[in-house]
Amino acid sequence: MSSTPELHDLTAHELSDLLTSKQVSARDALAAVYQRINDIESEVHAYVRLTRELAEQQASEIDERRARGEALPPLAGVPLALKDICCTKGIETTCCSRILQGFVPPYDADVVERCRRSGLVFLGKTNMDEFAMGSSTENSAFGVTHNPWDLARVPGGSSGGSAAAVAASETIVSMGTDTGGSIRQPASCCGVVGLKPTYGRVSRYGVIAFASSLDQVGPITKDVRDCALMMNVLAGHDPRDSTSIPLPAPDYTQALIPGVKGLRFGLVKEFMEYQGVGVDPEVSSSIRTALDRLRELGGECEEVSLPYLNYSIPVYYIIAPAEASSNLARYDGVQYGYRSPAKGGDIVEMYSRTRDEGFGAEVKRRIMLGTYALSAGYYDAYYLKASQVRTLIRRDFDRAFEKFDVLVGPVSPTVAFRLGEKTDDPIAMYLSDVCTIPVNMGGLPGMSLPCGFSSEGLPIGLQLVGKPLSEETLLRAAYAFEQSTDCHRRRSHPIQTRDGRRSVVARA
Amino acid sequence: MRLTPEEVEHVALLGRLRLTEEERARFTTQLNSILDHFEQLKDIDTAGVPPMSHAVPVSNVVREDQPKPSLAPEEALQNAPDQDRNCFRVPRVIE
Repeated sequence: MSSTPELHDLTAHELSDLLTSKQVSARDALAAVYQRINDIESEVHAYVRLTRELAEQQASEIDERRARGEALPPLAGVPLALKDICCTKGIETTCCSRILQGFVPPYDADVVERCRRSGLVFLGKTNMDEFAMGSSTENSAFGVTHNPWDLARVPGGSSGGSAAAVAASETIVSMGTDTGGSIRQPASCCGVVGLKPTYGRVSRYGVIAFASSLDQVGPITKDVRDCALMMNVLAGHDPRDSTSIPLPAPDYTQALIPGVKGLRFGLVKEFMEYQGVGVDPEVSSSIRTALDRLRELGGECEEVSLPYLNYSIPVYYIIAPAEASSNLARYDGVQYGYRSPAKGGDIVEMYSRTRDEGFGAEVKRRIMLGTYALSAGYYDAYYLKASQVRTLIRRDFDRAFEKFDVLVGPVSPTVAFRLGEKTDDPIAMYLSDVCTIPVNMGGLPGMSLPCGFSSEGLPIGLQLVGKPLSEETLLRAAYAFEQSTDCHRRRSHPIQTRDGRRSVVARA
Repeated sequence: MRLTPEEVEHVALLGRLRLTEEERARFTTQLNSILDHFEQLKDIDTAGVPPMSHAVPVSNVVREDQPKPSLAPEEALQNAPDQDRNCFRVPRVIE
């Protein structure tokens, strides 16, 4: 960048350096990011709720502690945007559903506690598909989010608000949750970095459940170093989540060493071509170029086939809705959230009216699907069968990892699509997660990082998939790749009209 | 067609959802097309394959049963749509 970058444009590690050396205060950084939000949020709509009062209090506290000479964690004073799926004590949390409107959690999610302990400053809660069900953030009860690269397009989903906020420099770092691609696909659509950790690496305590055997929390950031720093904040054992892996988390920044010499990369045929239908040619050529780059950096690259991945979509759309229909049974208008104001009728009538008025169409569709798949007479044909095929998918991965360290492919078959393009066709929408879903099926870590741009100037994401608990290998490969390109440096600046396209992101 | 509108209505009742006429018609079409998409799983031989329910081999996680404070009643009730004398209040259940 030719001129001095503005504070809101900085990565977390750049800002952290300025904060630590006292060149900038946490209050200055916060003011700069809120100024940026003031300037462009009406165009992007990344947030559903801002928590300015709390943020100012947190930033002041960090500044005071630093002035007293206290040693602070690396990200102390860095502004953060939280996906509206994590319970935040005293701050309304809705999962972008009408049924949770007004819900103020009496406790923090484990990840939120960790962020507070690390001194991160809470800007607000970001928009998402209702209950994380969707790939475009169009299923939010509180309006759509626009892709900062082209305001007529979706930011991806379900963590679309978080990814858009990072891409538009409306925050320094963010986080999301990923059940079938909800961190990686929006990160790819918005040209930022996203990591879905190994299932169990990050606690799900206090994170509103969608599909409990698949849900996982992870960072969404401007670059790979920030991703490692955020993993240091989020990862670790939590006895309050019985699926949490009882192992200490490493220092992920130690993995950021140059070069990928000795690493074996496998380009997954089924990521490039699902059931014989290839991904967009521009996406495909961008991924092959990225593979050449990894080869130049010292990696060994070959193609590999994992045939059972061709069944990921039906397997996912049985398992995830089945688990969701059970998890979402708790929204009944009794203990918290919305209750239908209609009077009269019995308790079943009250439940049904509440749920009918409180849930959006996609959530109802998945409750219906899951209820049917679990209902008497159909369990074996659907849920049991899908769980068996899930084993076969995981075995395909295990076999591939005997030969490879990292599996590679696109994050999504296309670049960000237009708002409204897929809202009437559930299966077309489901297919945008075809490359990310198998990774959740296997419980494996998966990462998305920018690797190129389409002819229209829209970001394309490269996906790296590793063995269980190999986040460090993914970060190492991603770091080496990132340092050899300038994709991650393209961001920010005022709204402009270029080629008739309205964007709040300009190329550096 | 796998699912009739009547069956869709039954599934809605099981899921505690009330569908409008229009929703019932739309869901009948959409759910049938999704179920058609699931048919391809029938071709896979899964004889003897154990089902996978979790990604990591963590099972029977136990802890010491130690008493500790839980949410205070007023905290637990702070989000209740209707409450009365420290209880959640609902429409009459018993005649």
